[in-house]
Amino acid sequence: MEKGKGVVARRWAIDFTDNSISPSSRDIPDPLGYARASSDQDDSTVSRQKKDAEANWKAQKAWEVAQSPLKNLLMMGFMMWMAGSAVHLFSIGITFSALWQPINALQGVGKIFEPYKDSKVDILAPKLLFIALNLVGLALGVWKLNTLGLLPTHASDWVSSLPPAQEIEYAGGGIPLH
Amino acid sequence: MAMAVRVFLLLTLLFLYANFSSALYEDQVGLMDWHQQYIGKVKHAVFHTQRAGRKRVVVSTEENAIASLDLRTGDIFWRHVLGANDAVDGIDIALGKYVITLSSEGSILRAWNLPDGQMVWETFLRGSTSSNSLLSILTNFKMDKENMVLVFGGGCLHAVSSIDGETIWRKELATESFEIRQILQSPESDIIHALGFVGSSKFVTYKIDAKNGELLKHTSTAFPGGFPGELSLVSADTVVALDATRSILVSISFQNGETSFHQTFISDLVADSAGVATILPARLTGIFAMKINSFIVFISVTDEHKLEVVQKITYPAAVSDVLSFSEGQKAFALVQHGGSRIQLVVKLDNDWSTDLLKESIEIDPKKGFVEKVFINNYIRTDRSHGFRALVVMEDHSLLLLQQGDIVWSREDGLASIIDMTTSELPVEKKGVSVAKVEHNLFEWLKGHFLKLKGTLMLASPDDITSIQEMRLKSSEKNKMTRDHNGFRKLLIVLTKAGKLYALHTGDGRVIWSLLLSSLRRSEVCEHPTGLNIYQWQVPHHHAMDENPSVLVVGKCGLGFDAPGVFSFVDSYTGKELDSLSLAHSVAQVITLPFTDSTEQRLHLLIDASNHAHVYPRNLEAVNILERELPNIYWYSVEYQRDIITGHALKGNCILDVEDEYCFNTRELWSIVFPSEAEKIIATATRKLNEVVHTQAKVIADQDVMYKYISRNLLFVATVAPKAAGEIGSATPEESWLVVYLIDTITGRILHRVTHFGSQGPVHAVFSENWVIYHYFNLRAHRYEMSVIEIYDQSRAGNKDVWKLVLGKHNLTSAISSYSRPEVMVKSQTYFFTHSVKTMAVTSTSKGITSKQLLIGTIGDQVLALDKRYLDPRRSPDPTQTEREEGIIPLTDSLPIIPQSYVTHSLKVEGLRGIVTVPAKLESTSLVFAYGVDLFFTRIAPSRTYDSLTEDFSYALLLITIVALIAAIFVTWILSENKELREKWR
Repeated sequence: MEKGKGVVARRWAIDFTDNSISPSSRDIPDPLGYARASSDQDDSTVSRQKKDAEANWKAQKAWEVAQSPLKNLLMMGFMMWMAGSAVHLFSIGITFSALWQPINALQGVGKIFEPYKDSKVDILAPKLLFIALNLVGLALGVWKLNTLGLLPTHASDWVSSLPPAQEIEYAGGGIPLH
Repeated sequence: MAMAVRVFLLLTLLFLYANFSSALYEDQVGLMDWHQQYIGKVKHAVFHTQRAGRKRVVVSTEENAIASLDLRTGDIFWRHVLGANDAVDGIDIALGKYVITLSSEGSILRAWNLPDGQMVWETFLRGSTSSNSLLSILTNFKMDKENMVLVFGGGCLHAVSSIDGETIWRKELATESFEIRQILQSPESDIIHALGFVGSSKFVTYKIDAKNGELLKHTSTAFPGGFPGELSLVSADTVVALDATRSILVSISFQNGETSFHQTFISDLVADSAGVATILPARLTGIFAMKINSFIVFISVTDEHKLEVVQKITYPAAVSDVLSFSEGQKAFALVQHGGSRIQLVVKLDNDWSTDLLKESIEIDPKKGFVEKVFINNYIRTDRSHGFRALVVMEDHSLLLLQQGDIVWSREDGLASIIDMTTSELPVEKKGVSVAKVEHNLFEWLKGHFLKLKGTLMLASPDDITSIQEMRLKSSEKNKMTRDHNGFRKLLIVLTKAGKLYALHTGDGRVIWSLLLSSLRRSEVCEHPTGLNIYQWQVPHHHAMDENPSVLVVGKCGLGFDAPGVFSFVDSYTGKELDSLSLAHSVAQVITLPFTDSTEQRLHLLIDASNHAHVYPRNLEAVNILERELPNIYWYSVEYQRDIITGHALKGNCILDVEDEYCFNTRELWSIVFPSEAEKIIATATRKLNEVVHTQAKVIADQDVMYKYISRNLLFVATVAPKAAGEIGSATPEESWLVVYLIDTITGRILHRVTHFGSQGPVHAVFSENWVIYHYFNLRAHRYEMSVIEIYDQSRAGNKDVWKLVLGKHNLTSAISSYSRPEVMVKSQTYFFTHSVKTMAVTSTSKGITSKQLLIGTIGDQVLALDKRYLDPRRSPDPTQTEREEGIIPLTDSLPIIPQSYVTHSLKVEGLRGIVTVPAKLESTSLVFAYGVDLFFTRIAPSRTYDSLTEDFSYALLLITIVALIAAIFVTWILSENKELREKWR
């Protein structure tokens, strides 16, 4: 349904304000004798201000994104506390989602910070924060898993599948048959 | 992996929490269980056919059962199984409506109502000495219109009223070792004669007034030759007996108080008289039957006491008692064998030349020879007399013959099972036709449709009955091939008659049966007895195409040094592959854990002189044994001497004849219990085929305890000799029960417990690292059950996770009994309401599933009790973690949950044994309980966590899936259409 409405809103469109800088985004080659880089340097002040604002905004956004797991973390902690330490469907579900979310997030770290990538924006610090928070989340999940007793950290987890030892001697017999 | 197991165990635990009981719904009865009723080998039979109502025959059997059978079908109208030591001595019908039985060596007289089998009265007859017993109903003597029952037992003659069981008079005839052999009744007067022997040399007659028991005359005449005890009445004043040497026939006439003996040498009558003669108990007039060598000789006695041979027939034959069928006419039946047919001849007892009836009937040779015959007459439509015969065969089966045909037959040999084993069924292969029980797709669909209707509550009552019928007769469970879950197997049982039966676990039908030739009475082997049955060859892997076989061990004779006999029987076809007559006796049969290249299991036979013989007799077996010789031990528990001895094998026997299959043994240790203080009453060991999944037991807080798992442990219970008798025979002060756990390799006593004030009978089961035993506590006046669990302390140090992860531990290294074991024992005791007949424990294929105790109660039912109730770690107030682990708060007695009776509403009369066999499905264990009845079911101690339930509706699942897919398609098409319409707007 959403799709249908979108179509109604804009059946077709041509963007006349194409001011993209990189030549790769344009499919038309530049006219002969025209060097784009030099012309960019010319119209400077307006665009520089604009860029600074954008960079600031991007950096701010990146920090925001980096801190987003914190909320999640608190939420998760609350849920885990609610779930208790007994193994049942609810607690297992929560624990696994608590493990899954950070892992998923860590896998997509590059992608999440892609929009804020900028030559002027330092996204390493937010990235590290993001990773650190997610690792904390992961640790929380693992800790929960352990409290549920689902981690093989005890001797019992390693010996419970060991078969009984073989015996060297064999004895049979009993009451004589009469 | 370990984690998966943990999760899985925890989940099963949750299931357990959800529902403790494993009861059945009413409509599930008969789905996976079956129950068969038998009566045992018939001893006496009395027909009741006079009235117009249902024709029946009342029988008493060697399994101490009294039953009334339908003469048309052989079905049981009613049946009572008396106790194990309440053997029936005589049975008769009084007043035409009461069945009178005499049991317990002539001390209990009971009357049962003929139509429904309810007990009418019971009388205890007190005798002064022990003697034989005799039941006689005086039919033509009427005292206030009631029949009088004359009973001789315990040295006394009792006259009992048949109406209420009141003793009318009692006459003590107690001279030492007096035995009445015959009670005679004068047809016209109220005089009865009792004839018998005192000791082995005196012939005694008593003449008694039947009205008041007054002794009218008493004679006692000594006979120098002596009597062995048998006696046959030939006329109203003459009896015939054998002398002590069994070579002279003595005809005794006792007319008018004068007793005279007339001797005739058997050799004068019968040409070939070298064998031992016995007089058959058939009661004919003027004639008696005697068995000598392989003949039955009919000898007539004339008035002058001259004996004449009337007829001589070859032995496998049986003679019935006389039956008076019309005024003054008496007939008897004679059954003879001729090839696979038997010949039934009915003759008048005074006219030897004419046959009233002569029939030849084809009979299954697997039933063996005829052992007993009982006849009955009926009046045909043309007013002539017809006869029917009830025949007891060698394999204890019961047949009714009428008009040259077998009307019905009952396999009553199955009431006396000695031992059993199981066999897998053949693997399903292409070309092997199983189509007989298979049904087509349409029927399958129809069945599932009906089931679906049932689940959706749309079924009509007719549908419901057909659904139930379909479930009960499900062809799936009765196929003759192996199934995926391992529910279908063959139960191979050995009966007292020496017959093997293979029963299908699906419905209990007999697949094949075989009367073992080695266990049949023959000239070489007078008293063959079957002992045990073992799995001889269980092919798997490379020898898959071969049929499995079983080994039946028996022996020839009654003594402990009687030579043994072997039979090898194919488990699929029931053909005897081979039989051996052994040169040595069989005292022990030890199944070794080795097989030869043809998958024949090695067995070690210990004879009475403690030599060991290895079977199969081939060089490979000897080589395997010689390689393992230093590690093979055996032990012997001698109940009579209260000694347990342990032995080891050493080199070959030194005998006159060289025998490379024979090994010498030497005694290593012995435990001698002081005879004035202890007497062995029970032993228990682990089952050989028991599988244990793990050596560790995880307890609360992830801690580990290591089980002491050894196959070489023996549980022994001893009691004070004074308290060895029945409960109540000793005071609590002078009775005690001592329990030992003994290592059978070294004879080391690992644990010893004394229960003061307790006594037997003790029933015990041993499984994994625990033993549970049941006994009586005299102080508490209650039965108790105790559990002992043994843990290995020497392994308890293995708790470092990293060492375990890296595999640096000694937990899987082989252990020897000679290394000093450090064991820790936990035990606990509980009250238990029931007295117990037998106990068993469930066994599963991998040993993961929790165990249940199967208790054969005194009421002949099988009760399942979770092992968790018998856990020594139970405490009155378990902690939270212990509760999570599944520990039940401690109570003083074990609960009996009515829903956990495995046999639900049925009874396994005369319950003697419970056998559990693992199915392939880990959750499930097959249970076979036998006694006079047979019962089979399968149980899941932790519920069937690894399969869908029986009544799971696959059709519903399929229909749901199809409906969902259809719905997805429909909505997809609709949305596409709508989207298109929107685009065009």
